[in-house]
Amino acid sequence: MALDNKTDFKYIGTRPERPDGLDKVTGKARYGADAYAPGMLHGAVVRSPHAHARIVRIDASKALALDGVKAVVTRADFAQDLEGEDWNLLENTIAGEKVLYDGHAVAGVAATSALIAKDAAKLVDVEYEVLPHVTDVDAAMAEGAPVLRDGAADHSVPDGLHPNVVRYTEFGRGDVEAGFAAADLVIERSFKTEAVHQGYIEPHACLAQLGTDGKGELWCCTQGHWFVRRMCAALLGLEATQLRVTASEIGGGFGGKTTVFIDPIALALSRKSGKPVKLVMSRSEVLKASGPTASASMDVKMGMTKDGKLTAATGTFRMQGGAFPGAPMDMTTMLAFSCYELDNVHHEGFDVMTNRPKQAAYRAPGAPMGAFAVESVFDELCEGLGLDPIDARLKNAVKEGTRSSFGPKYKAVGLIETLEAAKAHPHYSAPLAENTGRGIASGYWMNWGGETSVSLAIGEDGTVQVGVGTPDIGGSRASMALMAAETIGIPYENVRVNVVDTAALGVNEPTHGSRATYASGLATIEAAREAIGKLCQRAADKWGIDVDAVEWKDGAAHPSGPNAGDFEPLSIAEIAGEMGSTGGPITGHHDASPTGFGGSFGTHIVDVHVDPETGRSTVTRYTVIQDAGKAIHPDYVEGQFQGGAAQGIGWALNEEYIYGEDGRLQNDVFLDYRIPVASDLPMIDTVIVEVPNPGHPYGVRGVGETGITPPLPAIACAVSHATGHRMTRLPMSPPRVLRAIQGKGVS
Amino acid sequence: MNYHTPASFADASRIAAEATGTTRFLAGGTDVLVQLRADIVTPDDLIDIKHIPGVKAITRNADGSWTLGVAVAGAEMTEHAELMADWPGIVEGMDLIGSTQVQGRATLVGNLCNGSPAADSVPGMIAAGATVTVTGPDGSREVAVEDVPAGPGRTTLARGEVVSAVNIPARGENGGDAYLRFIPRTEMDIAVVGCAVNLTRDGDTITDARVSLGAVAPTVLLVKEAAKALIGTTLDDAALEALAEAASAACNPIDDKRGTIEFRTHVAGVLAKRAAGIAYARAGGEK
Amino acid sequence: MTRIPTRTHVTTTVNGDPVDFLADPRETLLDCLRDKLGLTGAKEGCGTGDCGACSVQLDGRLVCSCLVLGVEAEGREVKTIEGMAEGNDLHPLQAKFIEHAALQCGICTPGILVATEALLKKNPDPSEEEVRYWLAGNLCRCTGYDKIIRAVLATARDLREGV
Repeated sequence: MALDNKTDFKYIGTRPERPDGLDKVTGKARYGADAYAPGMLHGAVVRSPHAHARIVRIDASKALALDGVKAVVTRADFAQDLEGEDWNLLENTIAGEKVLYDGHAVAGVAATSALIAKDAAKLVDVEYEVLPHVTDVDAAMAEGAPVLRDGAADHSVPDGLHPNVVRYTEFGRGDVEAGFAAADLVIERSFKTEAVHQGYIEPHACLAQLGTDGKGELWCCTQGHWFVRRMCAALLGLEATQLRVTASEIGGGFGGKTTVFIDPIALALSRKSGKPVKLVMSRSEVLKASGPTASASMDVKMGMTKDGKLTAATGTFRMQGGAFPGAPMDMTTMLAFSCYELDNVHHEGFDVMTNRPKQAAYRAPGAPMGAFAVESVFDELCEGLGLDPIDARLKNAVKEGTRSSFGPKYKAVGLIETLEAAKAHPHYSAPLAENTGRGIASGYWMNWGGETSVSLAIGEDGTVQVGVGTPDIGGSRASMALMAAETIGIPYENVRVNVVDTAALGVNEPTHGSRATYASGLATIEAAREAIGKLCQRAADKWGIDVDAVEWKDGAAHPSGPNAGDFEPLSIAEIAGEMGSTGGPITGHHDASPTGFGGSFGTHIVDVHVDPETGRSTVTRYTVIQDAGKAIHPDYVEGQFQGGAAQGIGWALNEEYIYGEDGRLQNDVFLDYRIPVASDLPMIDTVIVEVPNPGHPYGVRGVGETGITPPLPAIACAVSHATGHRMTRLPMSPPRVLRAIQGKGVS
Repeated sequence: MNYHTPASFADASRIAAEATGTTRFLAGGTDVLVQLRADIVTPDDLIDIKHIPGVKAITRNADGSWTLGVAVAGAEMTEHAELMADWPGIVEGMDLIGSTQVQGRATLVGNLCNGSPAADSVPGMIAAGATVTVTGPDGSREVAVEDVPAGPGRTTLARGEVVSAVNIPARGENGGDAYLRFIPRTEMDIAVVGCAVNLTRDGDTITDARVSLGAVAPTVLLVKEAAKALIGTTLDDAALEALAEAASAACNPIDDKRGTIEFRTHVAGVLAKRAAGIAYARAGGEK
Repeated sequence: MTRIPTRTHVTTTVNGDPVDFLADPRETLLDCLRDKLGLTGAKEGCGTGDCGACSVQLDGRLVCSCLVLGVEAEGREVKTIEGMAEGNDLHPLQAKFIEHAALQCGICTPGILVATEALLKKNPDPSEEEVRYWLAGNLCRCTGYDKIIRAVLATARDLREGV
């Protein structure tokens, strides 16, 4: 779908109040755990205390003997004939022959109260035969490492690699050796990042009802209820459309709520007990057993001439994504060098299994790690050659027509515009305080389209309802309403956007891939246009003229061409008021898997103060500059920029999964899983750059994910400049930074 | 779990003494409820001491000393201007525990009896020379705060004994105290290292001092060598270096998810110097 | 196995209304508000007092309701997010949070509103730093806190100026 080239927007670009605001500031909005049903049971999950063990025996007799306990389910209560990713998903949902990580679910219990369910879970007796485990990516690839599962590797893995390496990729172009030979400076470094959690404040929660007739109802907090439907149907052996899934309000997701963890267990408990079952994870369960992101071990080598032109780049990216295939090494390799024009480039990626929970998507999955390594080396090249890091980036920045490091040519993109805006920003030239360093980095996410279905209906008073399938995770109802209002020419307040259940629309992919405003927005605009066509037809019929002679503007049908001025315009309310007698309801609908999504580049500037005596880092100033294509509701665009930066700050400085020698997660509470608190952060300044995406009528690009890609390298560069020591490991926790300051190396 | 609300410490002590299972006293609950929720400890008997008269009182005695009720919450201490003026180090140690919400509930005694070596309020009390009154089946006794912790999660109190008051000495003239802790974030973390310094000046010279370190050993430490490094000095650079060395030398920490042995040992010295500087300025009359 | 739960009858006041419920002593005030009184505005984000999503006022004091037992509410006054607006009149903080887009997913919003109401009562003119430290126990993962802090400062200014 082409760009309209419309610039005189009436509603788009304004900042109206979000339609769900009232419910969300009064406590009325209903999230995952806020649902109750008559006769409801409460569930609890029995989880493995071991990182790797064979399940010898599960004895639930004591639990079942407890008053109030109605059902216990184990792997035997789920589909038995699954393969491929469905099998992986089931194996992660509830263990089969082995438990594969600390917190892996083994059984589910349903009882008449939450306390009884919790007591009963403790009475389920599981006998384990403990096996050797491995949690580090490099250790898991090494000779002699414990094998998680033989035969898990796919055809991409070359012979001779450890069985824990389950996928491999290698691609590039040009002659990297010749490129390095042509460079004036070549830097090669190794980097490591730790796994971090999405850290949404709302734990996973659901309320499930499933009958022996195979018909079910599921209420859950999810980014995508059709995904939940497909996964649950597969794991329980149901027909997809017999399960109706309703998405609750969602308390954050960031990619982590695009899959299932407890929903299939709740459904199985309901099917077995014949009653509705509510299941809510504790924070500890969230951290132990819902998807963190992958961790990475990387080697990056880049060469640059003294005038700042990159000559060659290579990267090796080893990533662990827990006890299953799926670490996002494809995205890491694809996007690592995506900012730069490179004739000689080579990538290698490894997907490695370890005894950790199955990774789930986290905001630009895979991209931040690669950017950390590549942008850090770029910064060091600039430092070594005495070049300004923005000028040097401008010399290599991709633009429309540039062949990307991963193959295809870019359409219109805004990297150069973000770099120029960064250079012009007062932050970039502001003086620096003592022991403070400034870092700058760019990043990219290519965004996504995905299956999308939207229905729009005109009410009898001329107001409009829109049904979308992408849960509103950060103000998207407001964005959809703005696009519908703009298209139809009616006030924003006259549009109500509803996130509807799986029975009401065709398949919708989740709110993921930064796709909701782009794809559901595009479908909303197209559905509105279809409805406008029908409204014009009703006016044409009434006037007795051809529909081609009717023009729609400002929310009304106008006679045009030879008939212009012959009839009084008919407003949407007038046409709607008569629709029962003029042909019935007026609706618009649009289904698509749009492919015109446009990627978003961002450039961040950050100042970090480091206490030279303790190694403690404080972010003192932060500026996000990013290409939104077109900002539909600028408040929520800025909010995505700020949120991405804050999450990146956490990842860079203090967040990490810490496993003990016993393979158990050491920090399974927010006390020790240290996400940024309000007093840790400064205000986060934003600059919205708008280089329209040619694949959306109003130029929209997704904005959600790019913002977490530049912070890791930007902050690492700032700390490196503040301390005089290049930081190559995350998180840059105080003990690690202090060691660097003391010249003891980067541990 | 049985929930008790005794009306006197004698009753509280009796209930605890007669109980056969796991017993916990409930004041602010900010540790007890977390342990309950996480299945670490589910008491058979939970004894809520907040219904006992006087537990919410902050009293300045005739001699200038202070008696604090055992259910006085952190927020009530920070709101008490006179207590804050006398013992800013004790109050700021308490104030650093958890969030504003936790401050609405958490207590000095709870922090002490939880037995954590990283308890933020304990170094300040030890540096101040505070004691607690302990009521048991055989009556009451007074115990120095540094003698209460016995190791991580353990105290020296016997079954049936309950802390019934906190006693803080009179501030006296020309004295000042301070507490600093190191955490990776700005708030909400457990101390990686904590250090309290309490000292008295005669002119520019330090005449008396007590230094206490947290999170660097199985219990909060009273470090006499560190105090010696201060007494008789004007807190010159040599005294500060000697203080840092003594503080670091006293450390016997562990490597864990919050910090390393190397880091804790180094930062103990850094914090000791910084806390001494603040206490010294306060003793000299600076706010 | 037969288990006779010990349950206590608790009489308390919530948002000005007298209420009662039966509580197992192990149940938190948060459990009781949500599961027994249908007040689901307070959320459980952690259950350990680290996230603040369950913030309520207990006798005028800001607390985490996950760190208070239901039985401790006997005879006390509890105020929750549901009691913040007067009928249909939003508290100025609530209105300003909508106006400033100070929420994305909204799960932390009730706790942050309850906490900031307590702050402004105590300190009508807080600095940015004071707001940030007061709210350090209210985790927000979406916003980076920027718009939240601005909304609080703007509300405080309006209230001081009698807007």
